[in-house]
Amino acid sequence: MAYSDKVLDHYENPRNVGAFDKEDTQVGTGMVGAPACGDVMRLQIKVNDDGVIEDARFKTYGCGSAIASSSLLTEWVKGKTLDQAQEIKNSEIAEELALPPVKVHCSVLAEDAIKAAIKDYSDKNEK
Amino acid sequence: MLDFSKNYFDLFGLPVGYIVDASSLADRYRDLQRVVHPDRYANGTEQERRLSVQGASLINEAFETLKDPVARAAYLLSLHGVEMDAQNESTQDMAFLMQQMELREELESLREQAGPFETLLDLSGRINKQITDLVAQIAMQFETPNDEQLQEAREILRKMRFLQKLRSETERVEAELEDRLN
Repeated sequence: MAYSDKVLDHYENPRNVGAFDKEDTQVGTGMVGAPACGDVMRLQIKVNDDGVIEDARFKTYGCGSAIASSSLLTEWVKGKTLDQAQEIKNSEIAEELALPPVKVHCSVLAEDAIKAAIKDYSDKNEK
Repeated sequence: MLDFSKNYFDLFGLPVGYIVDASSLADRYRDLQRVVHPDRYANGTEQERRLSVQGASLINEAFETLKDPVARAAYLLSLHGVEMDAQNESTQDMAFLMQQMELREELESLREQAGPFETLLDLSGRINKQITDLVAQIAMQFETPNDEQLQEAREILRKMRFLQKLRSETERVEAELEDRLN
C-alpha cells in the first residue's frame, strides 16, 4: 500500500519517541491496542500546574500509519490544555495524514490513546 | 459429495467444541480430501468437477480454521452468535497491554545483542507459554458456554491475537538474525 508523504515523514522521523516515568503524578499514560493488527501504542503526556500539556512521548509497535498517527498526535497536544486535547478527533488525524479507509482505525487508536492518557492523569490527580 | 451447509466441525465429524483431537482432525482431513479429489471426477460432469474444486477449497479452509487455536476460537464464537469486530474492539486490560509493550521492546533490543539466540529462545518460550495458558483458559469457557462465558472467551481471544502477532514478529526476527549469520 502506498503511504502518503506525511505518513512516511513521521514513520522515518518519528517525533517524541520515548517514555516518561509513569509513576510521576505530572504524567498521564494511555495504553491501547488493536487486536486485528496486534498493534500496541503507549502515549504519555506531561502536564504542568496550569493544566497545560508541556511535553508528550509515544512508543508504538505497529504499521506506519499507527506510528505516524501517534507521532503527529504528540506534536499536536503540546501546548494544549487537557480540555483542548480531549477535543482532538481521529478524523482530523486521518485527514492530516491522508490515511486510506483501511487505515483509519490507526487514527482511532491514537485518539483512544490520548483520551486514556488524559483519564490516567485526571484519575491520579483527583485525590 | 459434500454437504456444503454443514459447519466445519460437522463436516469433519468432530464434536462442536474448543478441544479438537489433532490426529482425528488430520485423519478426517485426508479422508475428505480423497472424497473431493479432482481425479475422481475427471470423467464426471462439469458440475461435478466444479463441486470437487469448491469442496477441496472448503475442506482446506475448514482444516486451517480448526487447526489454529486462534482461528478456531473466533469460528466457535461465531457459531455461538458472537461476531468479533476485529478492527474496533480491543482489550482494556492495562497490565496485559503494558506487558505486550515490554515484550515487544525486548524483541527489539535483542537485535543489538551479542548472543541474541539464547534470549530469543527464552522470549519465544515465554510467548508460547502465554498462548498455551490462554488456550487452556478459553477451552474452559467453551465447555458449556453461557453469555458471560462467551464474553470472557471473546476477551481471551482479543489477547490471543496480540500474542499471535508477537509470535510471528519473533519468527521474523529469528529469520533475520539467521540470515545475518549466513
